[in-house]
Amino acid sequence: MNEQAHGWIRLIIIPLINLVLAFFVSGLVVLMIGENPFRALQILLTGALGSSYGIGYTLYYATSFTFTGLAVAIAFHASLFNIGGEGQAGVAGIGVAVVCLSVVGNTHWVLVFPLAICGAGLAGAAWAAIPAYLQATRGSHVVITTIMFNFIASALLVYLLVNVLKVEGSMSPESRKFGETARLPFMHDIMGGIGIPLARTPLNLSFLLALVCTVLTWVLIWRTRLGYEIRAFGQSESAAVYAGISPVRITMAAMLLSGGMAGMMALNTVMGEANRLVLDAVQGAGFVGIAVALIGRSHPVGVLLAAILFGMLYQGGAELAFEMPAISREMIVVIQALVILFTGALENLVRFPVEGLLRRFERRAR
Amino acid sequence: MTFEVILQLFDSSLRLATPFLLACLAGLFSERAGIFDIGLEGKMLAGAFCAAAMAAISGSAWIGLMAGMGISVLLSALHGLASITLRGNQLISGVAINFLASGLTVLVGQNLFRLGGQTPQLKGNARFSEITLPFADTLRDVPLIGPVYHDLISGHNILVYIGLAAVPLTWWVLFRTRFGLRLRAVGENPGAVDTAGVSVVRLRYEAVILCGILCGIAGAYLSLGTSAAGFVREMSAGKGFIALAALIFAKWQPLNALYACLLFGFLEAIGTKYQNVDVWGLFILPVQFMQALPYILTVVILAGFVGKAIPPKAGGQPYVKEE
Repeated sequence: MNEQAHGWIRLIIIPLINLVLAFFVSGLVVLMIGENPFRALQILLTGALGSSYGIGYTLYYATSFTFTGLAVAIAFHASLFNIGGEGQAGVAGIGVAVVCLSVVGNTHWVLVFPLAICGAGLAGAAWAAIPAYLQATRGSHVVITTIMFNFIASALLVYLLVNVLKVEGSMSPESRKFGETARLPFMHDIMGGIGIPLARTPLNLSFLLALVCTVLTWVLIWRTRLGYEIRAFGQSESAAVYAGISPVRITMAAMLLSGGMAGMMALNTVMGEANRLVLDAVQGAGFVGIAVALIGRSHPVGVLLAAILFGMLYQGGAELAFEMPAISREMIVVIQALVILFTGALENLVRFPVEGLLRRFERRAR
Repeated sequence: MTFEVILQLFDSSLRLATPFLLACLAGLFSERAGIFDIGLEGKMLAGAFCAAAMAAISGSAWIGLMAGMGISVLLSALHGLASITLRGNQLISGVAINFLASGLTVLVGQNLFRLGGQTPQLKGNARFSEITLPFADTLRDVPLIGPVYHDLISGHNILVYIGLAAVPLTWWVLFRTRFGLRLRAVGENPGAVDTAGVSVVRLRYEAVILCGILCGIAGAYLSLGTSAAGFVREMSAGKGFIALAALIFAKWQPLNALYACLLFGFLEAIGTKYQNVDVWGLFILPVQFMQALPYILTVVILAGFVGKAIPPKAGGQPYVKEE
């Protein structure tokens, strides 16, 4: 058994077994509720991929999860656990709203989009900046501070929507609608324009941005000096310091990039779908990013695939809740939990025995 | 502000602080033994659900409490399996447990009761009712002490008193017993404990089980001991994270934990009573600020500008025995 085969087993086979285990246990949960797991799976798959409508929604969700997944992945490479994607994306929504609300009249989205990207990125990064700074210079654990910042962000969002941005006379905590010309074009409009008819879904241009960000993240991590430093720091802080890499600089850089990336998802929901700032624009996507990054092994391609998988779960799960009322939408949360559990926390449940087996094979080969 | 209003505020502070306190002490056992636990929230939620479900089925709050503790201990054991035996990432395990509880409580609740994820309203013995302490009524008219004793100290349910009693008990266990000494040692320097011939694995499991028991009580308090009188989806509503914040705020000390939880309970009591607080006519503190204050304070404490909080040294690291 050579080194390369070992790498493959570690990178592909073990995560796959973990994923299968997670879905197996999810099937048991469905069985426990008294429904047929295979029929449930069939409904889920048809709901997610069976129509252009289903695919549109699947990719719409996947867009958000790609951004938040990449965010968690970037931080993971520096051995930092950014659990604050939820808050960073929430604050980024404010950034997007500020940009979109302040452009005058009928400014075209082509002009607004770059500004909104900056708004989302800067706001998201800013929300990650304090936890990053405290981790880098004061050693305050970034997990705890980002959790705290999630709650602070949600309080801030409620305050702004209720007291500042709410439309006068309206009961719902929402900002006013952005200008219609500033709205990101929907995919069904774009594709319809070139003669490919698609069902009306919230899937919008930011899906392409997610693909671009996937490539950019790959370039950043594996083809730039900063990426190398981030990975070196993540592998061994003391070795990185010995090599002249500044822990403060890398911690800040990784967390700011991570926060900015999490912020990108606000473009999808705020500027793409709702076209105004609403209270629950993030809808847990920040946390889904953790599961996505874990399944994707923090590799951009893995993250993209995992994001599509979760997009399918969200869209198919909605159909499932409709077809089988016994299985409510919370089933998705359970699956998400099991995926995080088996691919993250219980990873060694599979790895220890598999590696033991490999070692035994090696001994026999000699 | 009259004396009565202040008394009322303190009274609701104590009620609101109880779940924080129980969960905070739960986290204290776990983290002192070197196992980070951000799954307090999930264990509390699962505990609240199981307690309410069993109380609704059996009609007894005590059976409910047992069930709440049971599920919470089960989740703790899962956390132990992941982080002690399998040496996995403790933070990720905590996140998973939070989601598991959040999803399963509603899913199972909907299947059991068909009430949109809630349990039926609990009445009579299925809840923990308020206890009037001895002489509370006779002493009521004594100035100052009377109202304090009658309104503030007396008239809570048993779980509030269990929470308060758990503070000195935790202190005594941690700082005056051999078990406590070893538990603290295992969180600071597991290698030394192992060298002394004491099982690190066993001690850490004991710590997470204790954590599970206390978290279960905290959860049962939410569904059986408050005016909710039953389980409502997501009823823990971030309380587990406030408990975590209080734990850091208290610098992992039991008595400080009491003060921190009372402070956070007080902030919540003010937030619910006044909504927007007018500060001497100068400016208005919005209710959202009051809600965010525990988290802001925790970040400030973590930053170490006002008395640095230093966590147990071996926290978060799985222990690998030397070969």
